[in-house]
Amino acid sequence: MAETELALLLARMQFAFTVSFHFIFPSFTIGLASYLAVLEGLWLKTGNDVYLRLFKYWLKIFSLVFGMGVVSGIVMSYQFGTNWAIFSDRAGPIIGPLMAYEVLTAFFLEAGFLGVMMFGMDKVGKKLHFTATVMVAIGTAISAFWILSVNSWMQTPTGFTTNEVGQYVVDGGWWDVVFNPSFPYRLVHTVIAAYLTTALVVGGVGAWHLLKGRDLPGVKKMFSMAMWMAAIVAPIQIFAGDMHGLNTLEHQPMKIAAMEGHFESYERAAPLILFGIPDSEEEEVHYQVAIPGLGSLILRHDIDAGLDGLDTVAREDRPPVGIVFWSFRIMVGLGFLMAGLGLLSLLARWRGKLYDWRWLHRFALAMSPAGFVAVIAGWITTEVGRQPWVVYGHMRTSEAVSAIDAPAVGTSLLAFVVIYFAVFGAGTLYILKLMSKPPAHSDSELGDMPVRAAGITPAAGLELEDGNPSPDQEEGAT
Amino acid sequence: MSDPIVTIIWAAIIAIGIAAYVVMDGFDLGIGILFPHLNVGPERDMAMNSIAPVWDGNETWLVLGGGGLLAAFPLAYAVILPALYAPLIAMLLGLIFRGVAFEFRWRDPGHRRFWDFGFFAGSLIATLAQGITLGALLQGIEVQDRAYAGGWWDWLTPFSLLCGAGLVVGYRLLGACWLVMKTTGTLHVKARRFAKWLTPFTLFMIGAVSLATPYVEEQYFTRWFEWPGLAVTIPMPLLVLGAAYMLWRDLESGYDYRPFVWALGLFLLSMIGLGISMWPDVVPGSISIYEAAAPRESQIFMLVGAVILVPVILGYTAWAYWVFRGKVDETGYH
Ligand code: HDD
Ligand code: HEM
Ligand code: HEM
Repeated sequence: MAETELALLLARMQFAFTVSFHFIFPSFTIGLASYLAVLEGLWLKTGNDVYLRLFKYWLKIFSLVFGMGVVSGIVMSYQFGTNWAIFSDRAGPIIGPLMAYEVLTAFFLEAGFLGVMMFGMDKVGKKLHFTATVMVAIGTAISAFWILSVNSWMQTPTGFTTNEVGQYVVDGGWWDVVFNPSFPYRLVHTVIAAYLTTALVVGGVGAWHLLKGRDLPGVKKMFSMAMWMAAIVAPIQIFAGDMHGLNTLEHQPMKIAAMEGHFESYERAAPLILFGIPDSEEEEVHYQVAIPGLGSLILRHDIDAGLDGLDTVAREDRPPVGIVFWSFRIMVGLGFLMAGLGLLSLLARWRGKLYDWRWLHRFALAMSPAGFVAVIAGWITTEVGRQPWVVYGHMRTSEAVSAIDAPAVGTSLLAFVVIYFAVFGAGTLYILKLMSKPPAHSDSELGDMPVRAAGITPAAGLELEDGNPSPDQEEGAT
Repeated sequence: MSDPIVTIIWAAIIAIGIAAYVVMDGFDLGIGILFPHLNVGPERDMAMNSIAPVWDGNETWLVLGGGGLLAAFPLAYAVILPALYAPLIAMLLGLIFRGVAFEFRWRDPGHRRFWDFGFFAGSLIATLAQGITLGALLQGIEVQDRAYAGGWWDWLTPFSLLCGAGLVVGYRLLGACWLVMKTTGTLHVKARRFAKWLTPFTLFMIGAVSLATPYVEEQYFTRWFEWPGLAVTIPMPLLVLGAAYMLWRDLESGYDYRPFVWALGLFLLSMIGLGISMWPDVVPGSISIYEAAAPRESQIFMLVGAVILVPVILGYTAWAYWVFRGKVDETGYH
């Protein structure tokens, strides 16, 4: 392999690795920040301490996830320059301002109010503290808004021309750039994904404690809230995903062809290939299980409509089919499982057995990481399906890379892999450790609290219990 | 087409953003570098608590610096980042350890020493890398056809290392002065002693970097030693000396707040000097801010937002500092 090709490959691996890792954290913090705001709001409204305890419980977890989101995000914003310099130079005038707006409207907002949210309850009073929590939640949503606008512009670029030095320059107003055709769909689909991811984690933690027999008020409350979320939002997500796919068909038909495994075009009645093994060399899907006409029905809402396949473009313009085909199926499969969980929980609730059906709890526990998997699978579908373009139809990924030596990229990739797994692996363990304890269930624990050595732990201003459960609590728990 | 006036405004905004980053994350990183000197237990906890509520906001200025550069001067971003590949990646990795330590050390008492070490090493590496980045930028970058044209070790020179070492000393000073201001007890006493030591060291480093700078690039020499540069060259050392003297004196006389202000003053003066060396280039010797500027439409679009939002940001950031004003007490924020 030529040196430059190797550097390109390594740069792509590095981007995919660091961004996938990064995105795990936002897909949890976006949902969790809103959940925290809801909990605190309910506490202020009802005065019920269960909400306060849940708030404190999830706040500790939030601060860990958020910290990891921040440090992995900073890597991303520098990586455009280090690894994708040509892209930065040419697309900078379009995507740069959007990302600068993200910093100005979202990152500062989050960071500015985070300190008060975590440590300030006793300093600023309840109302102001609630405001800080809401600000952090709004910040995460605004962040999603801008970065997804950037990403969507790369998928479906509009509102620009090219200037004399080859840079993309806005033409026709920023509105067309920001609200490019795929953006509304992507924003809705991704934000819902983040909410679902959070709901599944919260529900999974609740289910775990229910399975352990700790049916404390806080545990029940969080399980119930999470199941409402799954029941309502998972079907919406399926609907949103369908709309998103139709929009993609309009703007990036080859991505859809890769997702569906349609190597050839269909004059009429395209099938829906459920499973099979795509083979880009032979241009066919081996061992396929397909339902005739359903592809056309879903994508064209007409069983007799025709559909373009990958054979309508030259080979060098096609995305890799295998990855896209599979990642799409993983996402969709998990989406239906989530909706199934939601339905079951409704049934259980209706029967008054929400806290008793153990297999429902086991199912919820098994689904707790499903949101992350679906999110990453979804992004892989989106990004790999965009290939070989980095700015769809305008700039190839191979043209975008910096002129850096392969050893430099290789070394840094290795460093990222080692350090990310070590550091974020440790962080994940700490999160699991926090989750393995149920939320505090009575104020009497305050009295048992060991006198802490000097220092606040994050969220200490709010803390009821120390990291180590008191013997009393262990007892109540089992 | 770019617009010279808007370009200058953007250069100023980014310069101010970077300056804000340097002083604010400067004291955070400085505390990290001082960490091994602090006793395990209350001293370390208190030092950490003094910055826990604000470090994230401080670091955000770094994101603004990078993002602003990409948006307003994409060519500069595209040239500088590949040229400084190794130090920048090292900085990012250092910042990872520094950032997670704030949470992890509390969550895992069994490995607290490890995360404390990560906090120190991450801060040290990030600081060194930032100093080296600055030095490598000052000594010039090879550019061809709108792209970096050098190798991946070009940044490594005695001059860039000197800048790295200089920044380590400077950040330590900022960190020590912050601790003088925010803490009590043995930590406070210790921090004051450190700050006294670090003042002459910082002065020495500022002197060394200033003297070396005119020799790495012809243009700095003419800029500093010919009229009108001389108008700044002559008073500058006096101002620096004056600020350093005041800093030392206020440390001696037991003031808590004033030393930090003087340390900020020292940094500000150094950065003004830096600005004079570089102006109007963004990549010294090869790319001016006008050449690197993004098209007018991009700069204006962002400027509208910046004019409205930066004051708001400064407002709530100031509020957050105000909430946590005063000394951090032994037991933290209760
Ligand atoms: C859908 C949402 C989303 C997506 C697609 C991304 N991020 Fe992100 N990012 C967030 C949502 C988010 C967030 C929820 O706002 C985070 C997570 C934790 C946090 O601090 O904010 C964040 C943090 C975060 C930070 C640290 C902010 C701080 O200092 O507070 C940076 C610099 C980035 N991101 C940059 C990026 C880049 C360059 C991305 C693309 C390649 C990216 N993010 C994808
Ligand atoms: C957090 C969400 C994101 C995820 C999970 C993600 C995922 C990926 C993946 C898996 C690849 C590798 C594709 C391949 O090599 O075939 C990739 C490539 C890339 N993505 Fe994204 N992406 C995200 C957001 C973004 C955003 C917001 C941008 C732009 C601002 C972006 C820009 C790029 C670029 C420049 C590449 C180049 C490498 C390539 O295309 O191979 N990505 N991304
Ligand atoms: C079964 C229902 C679902 C359908 C039909 C569906 C459909 C789609 C489609 C067509 C895309 C690609 C859009 C493009 O062209 O770029 C996509 C992307 C994505 N999906 Fe799904 N999806 C479903 C469920 C889910 C679930 C359950 C999650 C997560 C919890 C999820 C998360 C994502 C994410 C994060 C992306 C990438 C961002 C984007 O392009 O919106 N999806 N989905």
